[in-house]
Amino acid sequence: MATTVERSFWQALPKPQSQTGLWSWITTVDHKRIGILYFWTSIVFFLIGGVEALLIRLQLAGPNLSVIGPDLFNQLFTMHATTMIFLAIMPLTAAFFNYFIPLLIGARDVAFPKLNAFSYWMFLTGGIFLNSSWFLGGASDAGWFGYPNYSLKEFNPGLGVDFWLIGLLLAGMGTLVSGFNFIVTILNMRAPGMSLMRMPMFAWTTLVTSFLIVFSFPVITVALLLSLFDRIFGTLLFDVFAGSDLTLYHHLFWVFGHPEVYIIVLPAMGIVSEILPVFSRKPLFGYSVMVFSTMLIGFVGFAVWSHHLFTVGMGPVVNTVFALATMVIAVPTGIKMFNWIGTLYGGRIKFTAAMMYALGFLALFLIGGLSGVMLSAAPSNTQIHHTYFVVGHFHYVMIGGALFSLIAAIHYWGPKMFGRMLDERLGKLGFWTLFIGFNMTFFPMHIMGVMGMPRRIYTYDAGMGLEIWNAISTVGALIMGLSIMITLYNLLTSLRRGERAPADPWDGRTLEWTLPSPVPEYNFAATPQVSARDELWIRKHPHLAAGAPPKAEDRPDETIVLPGGTYMPLLVSLGLFVAGYGLLYSLPVFWGGIAVALLALAGWGLEGDNERIIRLGGKR
Amino acid sequence: MSHASAHAAEAVDVHQEAHAHHHPAALGIPNQKLGTWLFIASESMFFAALITTYMVFRYRSVVGPHPDEVVNIPLTTVSTFILLMSSLTMALGVSAAHRGETRQVGKFLALTILGGLGFLGIQFYEWWHLAVDYGLTWRTNIFGSIFFILTGFHKAHVIFGMLWLAVIAISSFRGTLRKEHAVNVDVAGLYWHFVDVVWIVIFTLVFLLTEAGV
Repeated sequence: MATTVERSFWQALPKPQSQTGLWSWITTVDHKRIGILYFWTSIVFFLIGGVEALLIRLQLAGPNLSVIGPDLFNQLFTMHATTMIFLAIMPLTAAFFNYFIPLLIGARDVAFPKLNAFSYWMFLTGGIFLNSSWFLGGASDAGWFGYPNYSLKEFNPGLGVDFWLIGLLLAGMGTLVSGFNFIVTILNMRAPGMSLMRMPMFAWTTLVTSFLIVFSFPVITVALLLSLFDRIFGTLLFDVFAGSDLTLYHHLFWVFGHPEVYIIVLPAMGIVSEILPVFSRKPLFGYSVMVFSTMLIGFVGFAVWSHHLFTVGMGPVVNTVFALATMVIAVPTGIKMFNWIGTLYGGRIKFTAAMMYALGFLALFLIGGLSGVMLSAAPSNTQIHHTYFVVGHFHYVMIGGALFSLIAAIHYWGPKMFGRMLDERLGKLGFWTLFIGFNMTFFPMHIMGVMGMPRRIYTYDAGMGLEIWNAISTVGALIMGLSIMITLYNLLTSLRRGERAPADPWDGRTLEWTLPSPVPEYNFAATPQVSARDELWIRKHPHLAAGAPPKAEDRPDETIVLPGGTYMPLLVSLGLFVAGYGLLYSLPVFWGGIAVALLALAGWGLEGDNERIIRLGGKR
Repeated sequence: MSHASAHAAEAVDVHQEAHAHHHPAALGIPNQKLGTWLFIASESMFFAALITTYMVFRYRSVVGPHPDEVVNIPLTTVSTFILLMSSLTMALGVSAAHRGETRQVGKFLALTILGGLGFLGIQFYEWWHLAVDYGLTWRTNIFGSIFFILTGFHKAHVIFGMLWLAVIAISSFRGTLRKEHAVNVDVAGLYWHFVDVVWIVIFTLVFLLTEAGV
C-alpha cells in the first residue's frame, strides 16, 4: 500500500486513506459526500432558525405578552433571519448544487474538489461561530442587516455584534469560494455534447446564482469589515460625530442584499423547472426564454438595491429609477411563470409529493412576486415600509418560493441521494399542513402591515384590531412546525425502512437518473455522450430525437482517477475559526490561528493530490 | 444507464506523481485560470467598494488633517514605479515557466518578491511618516480611518502575493517545479498583476486626484 517516497515537511501528516467511517467524511473531497454534509448541517440550522421563529410568534401571540421580553426578542429576530438565510436556505441549495450539478452535466466531480470541502468547512465553522454567541454573552440584536448605529460599540457594547460580523465573514468566505467553483465546473466540466443550451435549467440557475455570489459577496465583506474595524480597532467610519454618512453602509449592504434574494430564489426556480417537466411528462416549455429570463433577472437584480432605501430621502429621481428597475424584474419573472404554466398545460400530470410542493411554489411565489410589485411603487412603499406587510411579502418569497421548492427537491432528489424512496402519503400530509400553516401565518401579516403594525417591535397594544390576526398567525406557525416535523420524520424513517430506490423512479429526463441510487463514488462509469436536451428522455424514446439519433453507447473508461481525501481544507477553516475567537479574546490566539491557516494553505498547495485509481471490473 | 456490471470496482493507491488531471476544459481555458479570473472579478468588487467608501468619506472629516495636506507624490511615485517593475519580472517568470526553464522561474520570482518588499518598505515608511509628522492614524479622523484601511488591505494583498510567489520560488529552487505546472505560475502572475492594477487606481484616485485639487 504505502510507497516509500521521500517525505517532505508537507507530507508530515499521513494522507488520509480510509474510505469509510468518520474520518473519511471529515477528509472527503467527493462532491456527493460534501452535498450530504451540507444537507444535514443545513437541516440542523434550519431547525434552530425554526425554533427562533416559533419563540418570536409566541411572544406576538397576544397583546402585551412578555414570553421572552424585548431584549431576547431583538436577538431572536436578528438570528432567525441570519440563520435562515445564510445557514439554512443557502446551504440547502448548496447541498443540491454539490450533489447534482456534476451529475446533471455529466462530470466526475466539481472543478476544485478541495476548495469544495473548504467551502463546507467554512460554512460549518462560520455557523458554529455565529451561534456560539448565544452562550458567550448573547447574540447580536442589530438585525440581519447590522446597520450602524445599532451595531456600533457605543450603542451595542456586548460581543454579540462582533460574533455576528466575524461569523458572517467566515461563512461568506465559503460561499464566495463555492461561487468560483460552480462557475468553473459548469463552464468547463460539461460532458461531450452537453452544450450550454442543452444544460438542464437547474445548471443554468446555478450558474447565474454563482455569478451573483461572486459579484455581491465581496461588497458585504467590505461592509462587515468596516463595521468590525469600527468596533474592534476604534476607527471612525460610521461615527456620525466624526462626519460619517450612514447611508453608505445601507448602500453597501443592499448592493449585496438584493442580489442575495435572487441567490436564494434562482436555484428554487431551477429546481421547479426540473420537477414540473418530469411530472407533466412534457419538455420544459420555452427553454431558451427561461435561460435568458434567468440571465435578465441576474443582471437587473444588481440595479434595484436602493428600493430598500425609499424612505431614506434619496430624492424623487433616484426613487423613480429604482422603482422602475424593480418593476422591470417582474417581466422576466412573469415570463417564467407563464412558461411553467405552459409546461403543465396539456401534460399528463402526476401528483407526487414533489410535484405538489412545486405547484405550491407556483401559487405562493406568485403572491410574493405581486406584493413585491406593490412594494416597488415608491409612494405607497413609504406607507407600508417597516410594517408587517414587508414581512408577509418576503416570507412568501423565502418560504413560498425557496423553501417549498427545496422540500420538493428533497422528495424528488432524496431517493437519488440516499437510495431510498420517501413515503408519499407522509409527503402529501407534509405538503398540506405546510401549505395551510404557511398561509395562516403569513397572509394575515399583509393585513397587519396595512393596519400599521411595525416590524421588529416586541409587542403591541390591545384594541387596535391586531389581536385576531396575530393569533391566527401564531397558530399557523405552530402548524408549520408540525409540518416540518412530519417531513423530518418521513425523511428519517424512509432512510431506514423506505423502499429501495431504483435508478430512475420518476421516469426522469436528465442524466442523474442514468446512475444507480445512491450514485457510485466515480459517478459515471462511462463519460456520457450527450446529443440532446433531456438526454435520458431521448435515449428512452429515440424516435423523439430532433436530428441524428442518439450515440449508440457510452464506452466505459477502464481506469478512473479520483482525488483522494485531505486534511488541509479543514485545517485552514479551523485556523480561521480559532483566529475569529482570538480577535475577540486574545491577540496571540488570533495570530496563532492565522499561522495555522497559512501553513495549512501552503500544505494544501504542496501536499500533492493523493489520487486514487479505480479500475472498473467491467467489459472492455 | 447501461453499465450496471461495471460498478464492481477495485481501488488502488498510486504515487501522487503518476497522474496529472486531464479534465476536458469545455471552454478551452484551464480550470485554475478561469477560477483565478473569477477570483479577480470578485476582488475587483471588493476594492471597488473600499475605494467608493474612500471617495465618499475623504473630505467629510470634522478635524484635520485632510487628504490635500498630507499626500506625498514623489515618494509614492517611486514606490509605484517599483511595484510596476515587479510586474515586469513577474511576466519574465511566467514566460520562463512556459519555456520550461523552471530554475529561471525562481530567480525572476525572487526579484518580484524583492520589488514587493521595496514597495512595502516605502509604503510603511509613509504610514510611519503620516503618523509621526502629521499625527494621522486611523483613529484621528474619518479620512485617516478609510485611508489606512484601503491602503492596508492593498498591502495585505501584496504580502499574500509575496507568500504565494515564495512557495512557487521554493519549489523552483528545489527542482520540483515542472513544465506542466506552468499554469500555476500563470495564475500567480495574474494575481500579482491585478494587485498592481488596483494600486494604479488607488494611486490615481487617492494621490494624484488629491494633488490635482479634485
